[in-house]
Amino acid sequence: MTTVRTHLLVCAGTGCVSCGAFGIRSGLEAEVRRRGLGGEVEVVATGCNGFCERGPIVVVQPDGVFYQRLAPADIPELVEEHLIKGRPVRRLMYVPPEEREPVPRMKDIPFFKHQRLIVLRNRGRIDPERIDDYIAADGYEAAAKALGEMTPEGIIAEITASGLRGRGGAGFPTGIKWEAARRAAGGPKYVVCNGDEGDPGAFMDRSVLEADPHSVIEGLIIGARAVGADRGFLYIRNEYPLAIDRVGKALEQARSYGLLGADILGTGFTFDLEIVRGAGAFVSGEETALIASIEGGRAYPRPRPPYPAQRGLWGRPTVINNVETWANIPSIVRRGADWFAGLGTAGSKGTKVFSLVGKIANTGLVEVPMGITLREIVHDIGGGVPGGRDVKAVQIGGPSGGCIPKSLFDLPIDFESLKSAGSMMGSGGMIVMDEDTCMVDIALYFLRFAEEESCGKCAPCRVGTGEMARILAKITEGRGGADDVARLEDLADTVRRGSLCGLGQTAPNPVLTTLRYFRDEYEAHVRDKRCPALVCKSLISFAIDPGACVGCQLCKKACPAAAISGEPKKVHIIDDRACIKCGICLNVCPPKFRAVRKTTPPASAGAAGSTAASGRAAASKPAGGGR
Amino acid sequence: MRPSETELATLTRKFKGQRRALIRVLQDVQERYGWLPPEALEHVAAALGVPLVRVYGVATFYRSFSLSPRGRHVCTVCLGTACHVRGGAAVLDGFERRLGVPAGRTTPDGRYTLERVNCLGACALAPLAVVDGRAHGRMDEGQVEAILAALEKDDPA
Repeated sequence: MTTVRTHLLVCAGTGCVSCGAFGIRSGLEAEVRRRGLGGEVEVVATGCNGFCERGPIVVVQPDGVFYQRLAPADIPELVEEHLIKGRPVRRLMYVPPEEREPVPRMKDIPFFKHQRLIVLRNRGRIDPERIDDYIAADGYEAAAKALGEMTPEGIIAEITASGLRGRGGAGFPTGIKWEAARRAAGGPKYVVCNGDEGDPGAFMDRSVLEADPHSVIEGLIIGARAVGADRGFLYIRNEYPLAIDRVGKALEQARSYGLLGADILGTGFTFDLEIVRGAGAFVSGEETALIASIEGGRAYPRPRPPYPAQRGLWGRPTVINNVETWANIPSIVRRGADWFAGLGTAGSKGTKVFSLVGKIANTGLVEVPMGITLREIVHDIGGGVPGGRDVKAVQIGGPSGGCIPKSLFDLPIDFESLKSAGSMMGSGGMIVMDEDTCMVDIALYFLRFAEEESCGKCAPCRVGTGEMARILAKITEGRGGADDVARLEDLADTVRRGSLCGLGQTAPNPVLTTLRYFRDEYEAHVRDKRCPALVCKSLISFAIDPGACVGCQLCKKACPAAAISGEPKKVHIIDDRACIKCGICLNVCPPKFRAVRKTTPPASAGAAGSTAASGRAAASKPAGGGR
Repeated sequence: MRPSETELATLTRKFKGQRRALIRVLQDVQERYGWLPPEALEHVAAALGVPLVRVYGVATFYRSFSLSPRGRHVCTVCLGTACHVRGGAAVLDGFERRLGVPAGRTTPDGRYTLERVNCLGACALAPLAVVDGRAHGRMDEGQVEAILAALEKDDPA
C-alpha cells in the first residue's frame, strides 16, 4: 500500500491541454519529486472539468481547493506553500466576476455549485486511462447487474420507465427504440454510439468520451444485452484525436478485464466494440448517413422508415444512440428508473449537458437538470456577459436550432419548451450573444454552414440553403430589397418540407427564429442600410475622433490597407474608400485615448432610403467597447 | 511526397477485398502522405475491390481528405459559432492577407496551407487558430504576424 495523502488532479481535457495542461502535469511531477513528496503526493491527469475558461486547472484533493489559469512558473510556489506548509495559495484561486475575494473550494464556486452531475459524474475525479479508477467509482456495477440479474425485457422496461430520451437532438424515447430493435426480425444486430459531434460550438460528447470513456462503453454493453447485439461501433469525429485515443485505451482495458469479448463476466454473453473514425462531414451525424459512412461509403442519408432499429447497418436491426444517451444508461440501471424519473420536467427526465460558449464569462461544460431556466444557466452558472455588455440572445441547438431572446430567459428548458420557442435541444450547444452580435450575420453564418454541409442529395436543401444564404448576404451588404424577407420565409418553408433528413428540415430554423424575435434588425439592414450591432462590414465605417486623437501613429502603422494618414502628434484621418473595415485600428488605439470609433448610419423613423452619410456619429460607440 | 508501390501495399495489406475499410484506408494514406496522390487512389481501389469512381467519390465527399499536396506548414482557423461571435472571421482575414491565399488553398511555394474548420471544440479559447498542431487561443489579427514570423525563423523560404 502506498500512503498517498494528497492527489493533484490536473484537468487534461482538450481546452486545458490546448493551454498547456500537460506542461503543468510534468512540472508538478518533477517538483513533487524534487521536494521529496513522491510517495505522499500523486499527480493524476483527469478528464475535462468543464470550466474551460479557467484552464489549466488543478484540483487538490482531499482539500477540494481549485487552482486555475496556472503557468509553469506558479508550480514551485504551489508545492511549497500548499503541500509543504499547508497554506493554500490565494492568488491562484478563482475570483468570481465583480468580486474581490477568491473562492478556495471547487464546490463553492458558482459555476460548479448549481450543476447536477449524472453523465459527468466522474469528471475531474478519475483518470480516464485507468479502468480501476472507473471501477472504484461504481463502474461496471450496472453492467454486472444487467447481465447477471436482469432479463433483456427487464432492462428495456427500466429504461422506458426512466423516461430517458435521446440526447442527440430529436429526443426520441430510448426505451422505445431499443424495444423496436429487440423485436425486429433477423440478425446479427448492432449497437452504435454516435460520436460525430458536428455542431459548431458544442463539445459535450467529446468531453464525455475524453473524461469517462468507460461510462459510454458500459452503456453500450447494457444496450447490446437488451437488444441482443453481439457487435457495436463507436463512430467518433476525426477532429477529436484525444477522445479516439482514450476510447481506444479503454476498449483494450475492458477486454483485458473480460468486460468485452466472449462470455462477459462469466454470463455467456458475447459482445465487442470497434472504433470508426469519422472523416469530416457534418451530415454523418444523421443516423442513416452515419450507417452509410460506417459501411465505407459517402454519408448520404436515406428515407425513414424503415428505421435503423428495423433495418440499419448492412440491413440489420441497429440501435443508434448519442454519446450522452449511452453515458446515462449505467446510472439508470444502477440507481433505478424512479430515481432518474424524479429529476427534470414532465416530458423530459434527467439532466442535460450543455456547452456554454460565446459572449459569456464562464465558458465551459455544464450539466443541469431539465427544467432549469436559461437565466440560471447564463447568469448563475455562466456569470453573465463579460465587459459589462448586455446579453441579447442564446443560440441553442446549433445549425438546426434557433436564437432564444432575452425576454424568454425564464422559460424552463426541456425538449418541448425549446421546440415551441422555435429552437430545439439539438446536441446542447449554447452560444451566448450580446448586443455586439448581429442576428442577420448569425443567420447568414448558419445558412452558409448548411449550404456547405448539405450532402447534395435533395435539391431543396442543396439549392435552397444556398439561395437563402445569398439573400442574407445581400441584406448584410446593404443591398436587401423590400421583398427579400418574404422570399426568405417562402424559401424556408420549401427547404423544410422538401428535404429528406434533419439537416435540411431544420436548416431554416436560425433564419426563422431570428426573424421571429429580431425582425427589427432585418428591417434596419434592409430599410436603413444600417447594422445596429456594428458587425456587417458594408454598413459600418471607422472614424477617428479629432478630440480624442493624440497622433501616436499606432493605428497608422498597424493599418494593413494604408488607409490612415496623419503627422506625428497631429490628428489622424481614416480614408473611408481605402478602409477594408478590419478593425485593427480600433484594437490598437490605446484604451486611454479611445479615439477610433465604429459607426453605422442612424436609425430612421421609418423613412426608406435615408442616406448613409448623414450624421454617422449618431450611432457610434467608442473603441474597446465590444471586446 | 510520392508513394511507392511497396508502401501502398503495406498500407492496404490488412484490408484486401474489404469494401467497408475504404474510409479507414484512405485516412491512413492521408496521414502518411498528407494528401491522397492519384496513384494511391488507384492502388486502394484495386486492393479493396472497389471501383475507382467510388474511391474518388468518397475522397471528395469528406472534408479531411485532400486531393492536392499540402504545404509544409498548416494554419487552421476555427470558425465555429463561438469563434465567429468573438471575431474569428477577422483572424482568418489576417491569415489570408498575410499568406496571400484564400482558406482551403496552399501557397504557390508550398510553404503554407490555410484551412478553415467548423469547430475544434475548444470554445473557451475562442477565437482559436492552430498552427502546425499548436493551439493559439484568444487570437486577434494582430498576432498573426508574430506567429508566422517565429515559424519562418526556423524555416526560411
